[in-house]
Amino acid sequence: MATSWLLKLFLCVFLMACGGLSLPSEEAETQNTQRDTGTGSSSNATGDGGHGAVAIAALRIVTWKWHHITAPYLVALWILVAWLCKLIIESNHHVTNVIPESVLLICFGFMLGGMIWGADKVQTFTLTPTVFFYFLLPQVILDAGYHMPNKLFFTNLGAILVYAVIGTCWNAASLGLSLWGCHMGGLMGDLDIGLLQYLLFGSLMAAVDPVAVIAVFEQVQVNGVLFIIVFGESLLNDGVTVVLFNVFDGFVSLGGSQIDAAEIVKGIVSFFVVAFGGSLVGIAFGLLISLLTRFTKNIQIIEPGFIFVMGYLSYLTAEMLSLSAILSTVFCGVLCQKYVRANMHEHSVQTVKYAMKVFANGSETIIFVFLGISAIDKVIWVWNTGFILLTVFFVFVYRFIGVFFLTWILNRYRLVPLEFIDQVIMSYGGLRGAVAYGLAVMLDENKIKEKNLMVCTTLIVVYCTVIWQGITMKPLVTWLKVKRAEVNELTLLEKMTNKMFNHTLVAIEDISGQIGHNYLRSKWKYFEEKWMSRILMKPSARKKQDEVFNVFHQLNLKDAMEYVAEAERRGSLEFIRKESVVINFRKKFESEYSEDMPDMRANMSNGHRATSTTRERIPSVSVEMHKHTMKAMTEAEAVNAHHLLDQHLYKSRNQHRHGFSRSDFIINKDEKEVQEIFKRTMKNRMDSFQSAKMGVSPKTVIKHTKNEHQRKMPKGKSISQTKLCYSCDEDFEFSEGDSTSGYDLPYPSFPMRDSRPGGGIENSAFVSDLNPTDSLQTPDWLAEGELDSSMVAPSLRGQASPPSSPIEMRRLGLLRISTRSTDTKQMNNDQLPLPPTPPPPPPPSGHM
Amino acid sequence: MGSRASRLLREEEIEEIKKETGFSHSQITRLYSRFTSLDKGENGTLSREDFQRIPELAINPLGDRIINAFFPEGEDQVNFRGFMRTLAHFRPIEDNEKNKNTSATEPLNSRTNKLLFAFRLYDLDRDDKISRDELLQVLRMMVGVNISDEQLGSIADRTIQEADTNGDSCISFNEFIKVLEKVDVEQKMSIRFLH
Repeated sequence: MATSWLLKLFLCVFLMACGGLSLPSEEAETQNTQRDTGTGSSSNATGDGGHGAVAIAALRIVTWKWHHITAPYLVALWILVAWLCKLIIESNHHVTNVIPESVLLICFGFMLGGMIWGADKVQTFTLTPTVFFYFLLPQVILDAGYHMPNKLFFTNLGAILVYAVIGTCWNAASLGLSLWGCHMGGLMGDLDIGLLQYLLFGSLMAAVDPVAVIAVFEQVQVNGVLFIIVFGESLLNDGVTVVLFNVFDGFVSLGGSQIDAAEIVKGIVSFFVVAFGGSLVGIAFGLLISLLTRFTKNIQIIEPGFIFVMGYLSYLTAEMLSLSAILSTVFCGVLCQKYVRANMHEHSVQTVKYAMKVFANGSETIIFVFLGISAIDKVIWVWNTGFILLTVFFVFVYRFIGVFFLTWILNRYRLVPLEFIDQVIMSYGGLRGAVAYGLAVMLDENKIKEKNLMVCTTLIVVYCTVIWQGITMKPLVTWLKVKRAEVNELTLLEKMTNKMFNHTLVAIEDISGQIGHNYLRSKWKYFEEKWMSRILMKPSARKKQDEVFNVFHQLNLKDAMEYVAEAERRGSLEFIRKESVVINFRKKFESEYSEDMPDMRANMSNGHRATSTTRERIPSVSVEMHKHTMKAMTEAEAVNAHHLLDQHLYKSRNQHRHGFSRSDFIINKDEKEVQEIFKRTMKNRMDSFQSAKMGVSPKTVIKHTKNEHQRKMPKGKSISQTKLCYSCDEDFEFSEGDSTSGYDLPYPSFPMRDSRPGGGIENSAFVSDLNPTDSLQTPDWLAEGELDSSMVAPSLRGQASPPSSPIEMRRLGLLRISTRSTDTKQMNNDQLPLPPTPPPPPPPSGHM
Repeated sequence: MGSRASRLLREEEIEEIKKETGFSHSQITRLYSRFTSLDKGENGTLSREDFQRIPELAINPLGDRIINAFFPEGEDQVNFRGFMRTLAHFRPIEDNEKNKNTSATEPLNSRTNKLLFAFRLYDLDRDDKISRDELLQVLRMMVGVNISDEQLGSIADRTIQEADTNGDSCISFNEFIKVLEKVDVEQKMSIRFLH
């Protein structure tokens, strides 16, 4: 008996500390204190008032050292074991393709539990509610909130709330009442469970579990809307579950006779208090985090830790106030994500992202393993066929009924209705998990005689849903041809057009005089830009907000990475170190490229063999850079690589004034965007009004407010002038690439140059068309760059991206020719002595 | 106000509009009252000035482009019929419409028509191509001044390069559709009209 107590105590301590340990290591000091208090309170809270702990400590004075070390040691060991399970599972991909990871983890739990049972004859390690709710769950929830796709979430918020609130209530009530009915009908034999207890049981079974949903749905990859509805529901229904559970728990304690209307009203009121109070606590903490990260510039090392500590505090605070802790943490994460990402250094943002994933994934693993272990316990297995089977049946059936009914109502109001197949998947995704189990274990044995039956039934329902539905989910999704999540390749046009859609919808709502979603969204955006960003975001970060440009930036980084890798392959990375101006390295690159073009195909087919051999001997390359890039290339996730490169490229950009970075703006944006747009619009209207007055058609090209811009981009009249000049030029011929689009030919490709219609030299565009490899001659923009060192580099791909296939290369060649037709003229003007065919450049060392 | 509006609108007109645009009867009368309230000249048509009086449009970066989309080429008045025709692009696609055979003329709110509407917002000169310059203008409208013209120019270059498959340095409508293949246009270009 004493041993069992000891072990139980250890378990508690161990799991307590486990939660503590899994918080960020950057927070070592805070964490230590926290863990200390945590263990202290645990011995008080769990070990029967703590006197047991004292007694044991006194007895075991000889083994004091081991005793001292046991708790953290066991914690670490268990975490290790759980993660090793995951490691084993993930190394067998053909298995995880069929059976989801969560299922396998539970099975591993069964095995481990069996071993412990075999050794101890009693289950010493189970998932206790304290550990689960205070140490394992918060991390998963914080991660979910912080990585929530906000737009998707808020557009579907209505539906999510309906499912979370009404759906959960329906599940609880229907399950409780049906079981009670069956009990009355005598299907379950002799059970000491009353109506209220059934309802209590129903309420703990009602909630869809976020951990299980994430685990299963992440592997299935259904489309965003479907995922967010199920996932959002699982997060938001916590408020309802907490209330229902507490209310019925209270009712059970009160006893049936004491419940009157006032109590029921109190229950309903408490729902609103719990749900909204929890959300408010979360929002308050989210604002606090955002505000805090404005000022953490000088302590960048521990900057990421704030997110974790504050997120955890938001959970605990809500719990302390008996509000919905999950809601609090979710909203905290949802609110702070934007500002945190803008305020913190990019490294910290990455750290937060990865650390969050580590903790969430780690906790999830531990939860599933322990769910499995908990099952191997003779004490809880009380079999009642009627009760268990009926529960499983009702849970399944009522989920379907609830989802279909609610969707039927929602579809009358939804812009894009949910289809039948979606509803099937939503119903099928109603997984129950560790939350239900945790609540079941929390039941008071004195009040509910059949607690063990309930725990046992809960476990069976959890296994049924997680294992059975988890395994069958993927085939079902494939079979029903559910719309999958699309791989999000970011292209600029997509991003632009998406923004355009938004503006258009708002405008159409304004015109048709309706106040709808988009109207509210634009109002919120306005409010956010005006107030929230101002208060919560660093001024420097505020300037960088522009989606289209961000995409452009990302793409450029990607290009740059490819470019460096490509250049490195040929051992020509010295340009990074060379203090020469940007032209040199560009020129070098250009020349190498043109030189290698014929080789490219051979190179490609040679594939990695060539790569590896060339990589071996790059003596001149900066070692650090080389290492970084190599590392970057091995990373599956490009983001990481972006970062390493980011740094280097910024550096070289600063040296060479190579301004494709967004932190390089000369113009500062102090004026509000709205004012800008307003002014622009008004100016346009004035212009078109004037032009209409002068008799010109009102449908002219929209003018730009900035004069210099107009100068740079000749339009309207100047276009025709340029055109005229060209058509006068007898020698001029369209190059192949231009033949289809004579219209835009006269546009200068790079707006920073005036178009100087040159005299009649022989057509350079044509020449270069004949000579696609001719690019040693300094391209016009480089010549320009020599004169103007503050020139901004255009898109890397635009001028010299490493073509990865012959086709692309051909296209690039055409493009390059076609976009600089006017400038090549000018260039030839400037550089007449240059021979049309360049002398062959020295072959790069990589190919010797 | 509403009753006066519906009195002015004849039943057969409503029927025709209903057939053409797919709006319901009540939606049409509601939008008609909006139309008349915008129509300050009370001559049954809207001019550009009428649209420009809507305050929110002045702070919409694409406001004027969208106003332009309401006017057929070369005209500067739009009647209720044309007004409704443009709005019909934004009607959500309903279930029963999806399954309908495509033998009849394509409804105004089909995916292609929605995309075409967006395409026309770029394509000022209506030559069914988005040129670099047209793209640049839209970009300039949609991004703040904190991006320099040079950067914008290279964004435009890159955008065209991404989408351009036939190498003419323009984005044709087909290329446009191709790029936006995965975008949920049905949802992103629909608003809910009140019944």
